[in-house]
Amino acid sequence: MATRQTASLARLMRAPAIILLLIWMIVPLGMTLYYSFLNYNLLNPTGTSWAGWFNYQYFYSDPAFFDAIWNTLVLVLGVLAITVVGGIAIALLIDKPIFGQGIVRILIISPFFVMPPVAALIWKNMIMHPSYGVFADIARFFGAQPVDWFAQFPLTSIIIIVAWQWLPFATLILLTALQSLDGEQMEAAEMDGAGAFSRFIHLTLPHMARAITVVILIQTIFLLGIYAEILVTTNGGPGNASTNLTYLIYRAARLNFDIGGAAAGGIIAVILANIVAVFLMRAVGKNLD
Amino acid sequence: MARAVSTRTRIGYTAAAWIVALLIFFPILYAIITSLKTEQEAISGFDLIPSFTLSSFEAVQSQNNYWKPFTNSVILAVGSTILALIVAIPAAWAMAFSPTKNTKNILMWMLSTKMMPAVAVLVPIYLIFLRTGLMDTRIGLTVMLMLINLPIVVWMLYTYFREIPGEILEAARMDGATLKDEILYVLTPMAVPGIASTMLLNVILAWNEAFWTIQLTTTNAAPLSAFIASFSSPQGLFWAKLSAASVMAIAPILIMGWFSQKQLVRGLTFGAVK
Amino acid sequence: MGRITLENVTKRFGDVEVIPPLDLDINDGEFVVFVGPSGCGKSTLLRLIAGLEDTSGGRILIDGKDATDTPPAKRGLAMVFQSYALYPHMSVRKNIAFPMRMAGIPEDEQTRRIGAAAKALNLTDYLDRKPGQLSGGQRQRVAIGRAIVREPAAFLFDEPLSNLDAALRVGMRLEISELHNRLRTTMVYVTHDQVEAMTMADKIVVLHAGRIEQVGSPMDLYRAPKNLFVAGFIGSPKMNLIGGPAAAEFGATTIGIRPEHISVSATEGKWKGRIGVSEHLGSDTFLYVEDTGLAETITVRSGGNIDLHHGDTVWLTPDTAEMHRFDDKGDRIA
Repeated sequence: MATRQTASLARLMRAPAIILLLIWMIVPLGMTLYYSFLNYNLLNPTGTSWAGWFNYQYFYSDPAFFDAIWNTLVLVLGVLAITVVGGIAIALLIDKPIFGQGIVRILIISPFFVMPPVAALIWKNMIMHPSYGVFADIARFFGAQPVDWFAQFPLTSIIIIVAWQWLPFATLILLTALQSLDGEQMEAAEMDGAGAFSRFIHLTLPHMARAITVVILIQTIFLLGIYAEILVTTNGGPGNASTNLTYLIYRAARLNFDIGGAAAGGIIAVILANIVAVFLMRAVGKNLD
Repeated sequence: MARAVSTRTRIGYTAAAWIVALLIFFPILYAIITSLKTEQEAISGFDLIPSFTLSSFEAVQSQNNYWKPFTNSVILAVGSTILALIVAIPAAWAMAFSPTKNTKNILMWMLSTKMMPAVAVLVPIYLIFLRTGLMDTRIGLTVMLMLINLPIVVWMLYTYFREIPGEILEAARMDGATLKDEILYVLTPMAVPGIASTMLLNVILAWNEAFWTIQLTTTNAAPLSAFIASFSSPQGLFWAKLSAASVMAIAPILIMGWFSQKQLVRGLTFGAVK
Repeated sequence: MGRITLENVTKRFGDVEVIPPLDLDINDGEFVVFVGPSGCGKSTLLRLIAGLEDTSGGRILIDGKDATDTPPAKRGLAMVFQSYALYPHMSVRKNIAFPMRMAGIPEDEQTRRIGAAAKALNLTDYLDRKPGQLSGGQRQRVAIGRAIVREPAAFLFDEPLSNLDAALRVGMRLEISELHNRLRTTMVYVTHDQVEAMTMADKIVVLHAGRIEQVGSPMDLYRAPKNLFVAGFIGSPKMNLIGGPAAAEFGATTIGIRPEHISVSATEGKWKGRIGVSEHLGSDTFLYVEDTGLAETITVRSGGNIDLHHGDTVWLTPDTAEMHRFDDKGDRIA
């Protein structure tokens, strides 16, 4: 259907989106790269000078940087582990013939639509608060000492909140994949004498492999950028105990006004995200043909 | 897989599924319940039955001027979505119906812009907003949200448009339709459901965005996400009011979200899972 | 009027030449079938005529006028697609009305033609349904209805029956033939099914790798296939093509003999063999005879009542008057 007129019209129609995204990608990223080589602090804008690799060295020698990398890693992997395993389990459960499946689905998907600050606030004050939270009520009911979650287990608390937000996403996507599983294939396996467990290992899991990959990769992209949950609950503390890379850069830029340092951190974040992105693009790209 | 299952088994699965579902939903439910309590009730231990007072909702509105951030949220979410659609519909249409050798690469590249961590461009965007006077303006934030979600919008539309069989457009051409007729009578009616779904998902994503809205606003343009985040400071420690504000912030989007489950999967996986 | 002439028409996709320069005349009122295996370029050729693809070279004339660069909408042709390509958001009535609406035909005339088409196609009760609520055969008829009401110069059919089940296919085949008998409008029909070609066509165009292998009436092609490709493609069951000494005996590289031109005897004949599979259809019996000393399994078509089965020994005698001879290039020896 590619006749001559439509081809040139198509080019015209594509242009605005491409140009906008091109600008959106190149200009800020180029500026970040440039700033990352400057000594540039908003509190002392006249003292701006060329810094060479100093900002990167500074970031690299800062123990907070390694704490942040480590926390980012723990946060991402922790949430991934909970959501993927939990997601598979819940998807398998609600794929069974149950009464009120529609409502069950709605209840389970709901946390995903709660904006991050609200999710963090509900958990912080309603659930995990050491004196008024539900967890504290439960602890007291059993005669135990309530836990001060955000002081004692700051990173774990944030993992729980974020996992709660993303579990619905994983469940929904894995459920979608599960429902596209060929029933006849399952019956054929049953005829071949495969038990429920081996059917799960040899048929269900391989069938869901692609969806699981997609869940892992997409969540990773979002989880690397976790911000509001930390801002609302722990502010990255105590100390750096719950500071991830995003929050560290935010602090450098907005609280310390260290433009050069934040920019260098930003470039490091880009490199990290790109490593993940390469894998994601490959997985998604396969679906294009 | 319509397999006959004994009622007893079914009840077992049902019970397990409902327990899991209610546990997951519990924080939201508890926030709703607490929002209907008085402040006194709210801090006096675990209780699932509120006194059904709306005083907290009234208090949030009168003390914090709730409608301002709410209006901002609506304007930002809807505005950025419409802007994104205006740019994305022609692009997605062109890529779906007149694909070239580069179409796949362009799409992948668009996707890659979504991979850029927001924080990596925080510094330049912040400075640009400061210097151009866009800081804390709705228009600046609307454009930001549009750019952030543009790749997803293009992708979703592209996957929907691609499902419209090319033969139907050819049939229209054979039937004597001009390009205008083709768009007006055939393509648009067939594309509307996909566009609506895309719109819905984008409104949800824009409404819940909580990085740029917090970074680039203070009071004027602050939407609900930024407004709620400000409650983390000590003066906001009123449980019932906090819950009321939370419930109001999430209710509209929660309801929209329930209607967009299927589209959510497609949109957020860039069509990789349908 | 619907006379279509192709002069030196070529089509390239990038560097690949899918249709080498090709000439073809389609006369007004003729039912022409393009037949060939998948990938032979028959659909591309139809789409070139329709204007849905640009030609890479040559001219397409419709009623003597050069239509090579005319957009599809202006060529006055109607097309029925393999997937039917009905507009899913419109009712059957609106689907059929669409081309008339585009042409600006007055409302009452539209209503009249829709009524007539619906009656002819047994769609009267379904006019207010959406395509999604119709069966495959009904959808097919809507697609045909949409084509008829335009009163086009020619109908183009792109494998219209391939999505229907076998029984419906036979019924629709008849309906399309009847339609042609009634309208006497030019029809160009693409199929990979030689039975459809044989039963419907006035003129068959056998295509292979973008080239026309032979053009002729069904019986011309059946009686005198120009080469091995046409010989093997036209006729069901397939013609037996035999090489080696058995062919040399008749002065050919390959001889072809149709299954219906071999007689079977339990006692005597030219080739002795053993029955591998016998298919009893009631009206006919197909025997697949092995161990004849020939390299090929020989297919024989025999009477319905014949009592021969797997393992039986039989003698076969070809009717030499009906034998086709081909040279070492695969071309027919006159």
